[in-house]
Amino acid sequence: MKNKKKLDVWVLISLGILLAYLLFLIYPMFCILKESVISNGQFTMEFFEKFFSKSMYLESLSNSFKVTVCATIMTLVIGVPLAYFYNMYEIKGKTVVQVLIILCCMSAPFIGAYSWILLLGRSGIITKFIEGIVHSIGFAAFKMPNIYGFNGILLVLSLQLFPLVFLYVSGALKNIDNSLLEAAENMGCSGVRRFFKVIIPLCMPTILAATLLVFMRAFADFGTPLLIGEGYKTFPVLIYDSYFGEVGTDHGFASAVSVIAILITAVIFLVQKFASDHFTFKMNALHPIERKQAHGIFNVLIHLYTYVVVGIAFMPQVYVMYTSFLKTSGKIFVPGYSLDSYRKVSKDLFNSIKNTFVIGGIALVLIILIAVLIAYLVVRRKRFINEIIDTMSMLPYIIPGSVVGIALVVAFNKKPLVLTGTVAIMVIALCIRRLPYTIRSSVAILQQIPLTVEEAAISLGCSKLGAFFKVTVPMMSNGILSGAILSWVTIITELSTAIILYNYNTVTLTLSIYTQVSRGSYGPAAALATVLNAFTVLSLLLFMKVSKSKEITF
Amino acid sequence: MSVNIKIQDAIKRYGNNTIISDLSLDIKEGEFFTLLGPSGCGKTTLLRMIAGFNSIEGGDFYFNEKRINDMDPSKRNIGMVFQNYAIFPHLSVKDNVAFGLKNRKQPKDVIEKETKTFMELMHIDEYADRMPDRLSGGQQQRVALARALVIKPDVLLMDEPLSNLDAKLRVEMRTVIKEIQHQVGITTVYVTHDQEEAMAVSDRIAVMKDGDIQHIGTPKDLYQRPANLFVSTFIGRTNVVNANLKVEDGKTFVVFDSGYRFEMTNVLDDHKHDQKIVVSVRPEELLIRPEAKDGLKAVVDDSVFLGLNTHYFVHLEDGTKLEIIQESKIDSIIPAGSEINLNINHEKVNLFVEDGSKNILTGVRNDGEIYKKGMTR
Repeated sequence: MKNKKKLDVWVLISLGILLAYLLFLIYPMFCILKESVISNGQFTMEFFEKFFSKSMYLESLSNSFKVTVCATIMTLVIGVPLAYFYNMYEIKGKTVVQVLIILCCMSAPFIGAYSWILLLGRSGIITKFIEGIVHSIGFAAFKMPNIYGFNGILLVLSLQLFPLVFLYVSGALKNIDNSLLEAAENMGCSGVRRFFKVIIPLCMPTILAATLLVFMRAFADFGTPLLIGEGYKTFPVLIYDSYFGEVGTDHGFASAVSVIAILITAVIFLVQKFASDHFTFKMNALHPIERKQAHGIFNVLIHLYTYVVVGIAFMPQVYVMYTSFLKTSGKIFVPGYSLDSYRKVSKDLFNSIKNTFVIGGIALVLIILIAVLIAYLVVRRKRFINEIIDTMSMLPYIIPGSVVGIALVVAFNKKPLVLTGTVAIMVIALCIRRLPYTIRSSVAILQQIPLTVEEAAISLGCSKLGAFFKVTVPMMSNGILSGAILSWVTIITELSTAIILYNYNTVTLTLSIYTQVSRGSYGPAAALATVLNAFTVLSLLLFMKVSKSKEITF
Repeated sequence: MSVNIKIQDAIKRYGNNTIISDLSLDIKEGEFFTLLGPSGCGKTTLLRMIAGFNSIEGGDFYFNEKRINDMDPSKRNIGMVFQNYAIFPHLSVKDNVAFGLKNRKQPKDVIEKETKTFMELMHIDEYADRMPDRLSGGQQQRVALARALVIKPDVLLMDEPLSNLDAKLRVEMRTVIKEIQHQVGITTVYVTHDQEEAMAVSDRIAVMKDGDIQHIGTPKDLYQRPANLFVSTFIGRTNVVNANLKVEDGKTFVVFDSGYRFEMTNVLDDHKHDQKIVVSVRPEELLIRPEAKDGLKAVVDDSVFLGLNTHYFVHLEDGTKLEIIQESKIDSIIPAGSEINLNINHEKVNLFVEDGSKNILTGVRNDGEIYKKGMTR
């Protein structure tokens, strides 16, 4: 009898999660679909016709594709060799290198964008410096290549997203058994040949997963093109613009564009899935690869490559921090140093830090709890209802952040459930967007824990629920923790959904930075960005202390 | 406290797939009972049904008089040792051993004392504060055993506990397991696919195939008088030769195609008639007798000298290949290509009906036979 009752607890959990997903994900998506085809109570295709009839809209689509594909290729070209060198050879200061790489991908992309404008823009310091030199030696007509538009977006996205490729591929390399490499060498396959013939194929599932992740991020990113794109309009910017339209809000058109965006990402997702189905194999390294000392010119080159890539990628962050200590006059930097910028934002700072921690903290706890529960339901209790939950929870993976934002507003701006402008809607948005990642990693961890360990606990007198919390959860904890830290950092730097949902009461650090940047107040923006970076670094250090590991794996 | 285990007409299905149908078994109190069979024969499935980790689709399972079919696994009071040990990696050796006692809400001093006793018994007390990832396979095995025994279970279940160890450690650990079992006197069900291991540890063995029990008996019963041809080939090594049974003047003879024949005095009465049979001759039951007048003519193909014994691989005139084991002699090994004359130790040889389903000699002791009463054949 008691057994029956416990089974019911899990069924209740299933139903609860299912209801939450129906209410906060499926219903809003349904609303956005409805909004896109119904106007004044009539079925209409006018919004879709509008999109396909104007070349301006189609152009934003092709712009998005161009820049996303190029950025994805660039991240692979930069990230895969970096991961290879980093994991195969001794790199001096490797811990620092890794922390810097992680920091690169953890700052909000638009901060990078705006920092590159300060560095390479029309009046950027590097531009001025180089142009000054060239002009002085007699080439008066020389101009630096344009950083705005396609080039700028590509630069920022590549430098922003290659760390993801690095982290993913590093993880895969750690799972390659050293004996595979030795076997390859033994059969006469070494060096560059081995890299392409053995290592790349072995990492292919991971590389494909990373490619998809980078593609989705790049495709959905809108802070970067908004700041550095100037006339170069991309799809997410179009969604944002049509939502906050130049001439009043046009929910219908914004919804139609959102629907098109989801369709595109869904197709991309399916293509990737099809491709990765060809590369399904499991690896488990008994003898992980050990780093070797490289020699001679090769050693110099790999160090140079690593330092240069990391240096360039990290430069914007350093520069932002630097400018936060510059003296300002109005909105312009003037010579000399001061804490003016910090003083100016001190009033906002407290509010936005509080919001960041309250909203982010609640979201993080919910995300971990729900992800662990769903992972357990999916792995250990295979039922139809749990498969539905699994599939539904993955949907947000392919929905751009701004679309999630718009959908939530459309669904919850009227009775019976008004949530717009509340902390709740911000938390819900963060949960929906972050859960797919946390669920996947929790599922992967749980699948590696043999069922017999749980059975051993049960045979020793634990109840089923007790065995889960006493044995399974502690065994998962290390994995959950490293997942949580990544979640936390992405939560506090989230922009694209929050920007649609926030109001004065729920403004977070990231949003404050964005508003300051868009107002052109670079000093205060830099100050806020520095604070955000400090929190990110602290989170990472805390994580490293807690997990007692010198290397972070995701 | 130990119990006897009674299983009546157990059925296990996965969907439409019947893994075990109508299996019955009695395991005596304090007995070391082994389920032996090739992989996929249902032995682990049966063990997990006893443990409560697999559902039971039919039949009854009893510990003493108590029916346990619907009892929660955590209430069955079993100790279980898993193939991968299932040591909790986040707990120290001591905490692993104490885990079950803590669940039973025992007082602190009792936990402390009992944990210590069993760690000492398994010789792991010196690693008490180590984490499991710093233990060798054999040490982990000892932790798993201590953890299973410390809760004073009614039944100890072991699922291929030695298969992850290397050969030498396997031999060492099976002695440890047998000694501990004797010392504690607990009813033990042990699953393995290794017949030598089964013989070494068990009081009785049930040989399983395709979800059916073929033979239940002591290691000696199984080896010397196997119930059918499968048991005879699965337990130990054997040579299988086709022959005929002939009854002449009330005497029963085994007659080979080559003409070699010998009398058998222990054939069951209702099988005493002319018929085709299968003879199972173990390698040590083939005797090389150059001086004998009759016998099987064979040619030596190869030989292996293993110290105590020498193995010969030979073939008969009709091409049948045989293996012979002979105690090594001080003089030279018979060279390949030599013709030899073989006699058969007919006291030890076993005869089966043509399809191998039944031993036709007297003296077969099969405890599984009683459950087949009422069934045809």
